[in-house]
Amino acid sequence: MIVGDRKPLEELLGRISPYKKILLLGCNECVTVCAVGGEREVGVLAAELRLALGKDGKEIEIREQTLERQCDHEYIEQVRPFVDDYEAILSMACGAGVQYVAEKYNKPVIPAVNTTFLGVTNEQGYWTERCQGCGSCVLEETGGICPIARCAKSLLNGPCGGSSKGKCEIDRELDCAWQLIIDRLGALGLMDRYDEVISVKDWRTSREGGPRKRVREDLRL
Amino acid sequence: MRLNYPSNVKIVKVPCTGRVDVLLVLRAFETGVDGVFLAGCLEGECHYLKGNLRARKRVEYLRTLLEEVGLGGGRVEMYNMSAAQGQRFAEVAREMTGRIRELGPSPIRKSMIIDKGGNK
Repeated sequence: MIVGDRKPLEELLGRISPYKKILLLGCNECVTVCAVGGEREVGVLAAELRLALGKDGKEIEIREQTLERQCDHEYIEQVRPFVDDYEAILSMACGAGVQYVAEKYNKPVIPAVNTTFLGVTNEQGYWTERCQGCGSCVLEETGGICPIARCAKSLLNGPCGGSSKGKCEIDRELDCAWQLIIDRLGALGLMDRYDEVISVKDWRTSREGGPRKRVREDLRL
Repeated sequence: MRLNYPSNVKIVKVPCTGRVDVLLVLRAFETGVDGVFLAGCLEGECHYLKGNLRARKRVEYLRTLLEEVGLGGGRVEMYNMSAAQGQRFAEVAREMTGRIRELGPSPIRKSMIIDKGGNK
């Protein structure tokens, strides 16, 4: 899932200050699961904005709307009938959703969320990063633990000298990914894989190759 | 017991303080209330096990939200008391009313009054 953080209210108040009528758009996918931009968070942000502006006697009209997804045409189309009634769109989706909404309508679109990482829910209210979308997965070689996303240095052959008692030197709370990999390979009886040197990674499949696209001709209409 | 508590305290009944959502309290502030306190069961005695503990966490979160919007986190509070502690409820209602009185009326209410007068 894509995980994010709500932007501070002060920043959002500054961004929406030129507008009196705002369409506040939530997204029912990842940002709902990580409790940053779903229907509930739309309600909370709308209430916060009304309270913050209302206390100074300022008025704002906010329409609260949560779409199934903001990364698909068909759902973004649902706001077309009324989007022109609003001066700006405040989107609580991830960066992808915000951009897709912005592409669709000739309106200022303001992001309400800082998109942070691809991760998992460790427990309710606690999420951690697991994937960096590098485009060439090595998980089968590393016991299912990603050295790219979870090692601070993204080392393909680790650990480095900064690993101490299973923790990373950048943060005593952070597990050393390579310690986890070694422990897992040991538990799986696959320690021989640790002896194999993982060769230099072709980063062209990652962001280094520029923006990526994926086409399935058989699915295209 | 015929206990007195300030008549400006309006009671909203919920089955458990665990039912109290952040949005419910924010809506209350939007309608112009000056403060909100949650009267939950004693900690460790929740019929639903963790309702009052969750409510306390939500109150803490609400404080950060109210600080953020500029109303002040002091306008919301969590108290714990048993159903047999009527005395304590009256005491808490007086204590909270006193605190809110010191903070003054909600600025939201002020702007609502202005709106009613048509002086936008």
